[in-house]
Amino acid sequence: MYSSMLHPSGDLFADISQLHAHLDGLFGPSPQGSSIRAVSRAAAFPTLNVGTWAEALEIYAFAPGIDPATVEVSVEKSLLTISGSRAVGANSGPDVTTYARERFAGPFRRVVALPEDADPTRVEATYANGVLKIVIPKRESSKPRQIQVNSAR
Amino acid sequence: MENQLNASTARTRPSLQPPVDIVEDGSALTLTADLPGVDRTDLSIGVDGRTLTIEAPLKLGEANALVSVYAEVRANLYRRVFELSGELDATAITAELKDGVLTLRIPKLERAKPRRIEVRAA
Repeated sequence: MYSSMLHPSGDLFADISQLHAHLDGLFGPSPQGSSIRAVSRAAAFPTLNVGTWAEALEIYAFAPGIDPATVEVSVEKSLLTISGSRAVGANSGPDVTTYARERFAGPFRRVVALPEDADPTRVEATYANGVLKIVIPKRESSKPRQIQVNSAR
Repeated sequence: MENQLNASTARTRPSLQPPVDIVEDGSALTLTADLPGVDRTDLSIGVDGRTLTIEAPLKLGEANALVSVYAEVRANLYRRVFELSGELDATAITAELKDGVLTLRIPKLERAKPRRIEVRAA
């Protein structure tokens, strides 16, 4: 109960199993390839990378094949939420056979806890090549500054 | 020379296995793969014999020197290999990449017409 309060569902650091699944994906590909009709894998959606630099925090959400107009990015109490839904082509019919369904389909929601120095009032989001990039500038007061040393007289 | 180097490093470099959907209908096999962060000009789809290889670098186009705080995607190369079966026409594959989603259509070869095999009396 207590830990669920600390880590809201979808919290970055809560989903250990997903990280393991990802590592499997990273180190596990078989070099000789698998048969095109016998492949299977599952993953969370969208996967996230977070980076920082002097001016801003940048979040990259790997969300291919979505309509950016339907994605909701919101900030509340320093929690940034990315939510939406992805539909994958429902290709079905009497003579259609499905061999793999690994791609994520359905509603998604991920939450990122923003650091204190992020300024949630000026969040910008852009979508290109299936990657949603969210830039959260740092507060002016937290940016690195040079302090002038004056000689005492 | 450079190509050979690239090919050999690609095999040893850690790579991401993109998730795929694969469906077959009467005329073709359709493969859909998630490749977020891939530009159309960087995508490489190769067929060698019956081996289909999809390979593409992941580029985020970051101009600033980012320090990674957290990363679920920990490689910058997508790579996945498939074995095609004999009735597929590897020379007629069509590919489309949109919003990080690759759609490959692999048509089937024109099948020989169904034949009746006559059984003759000895």
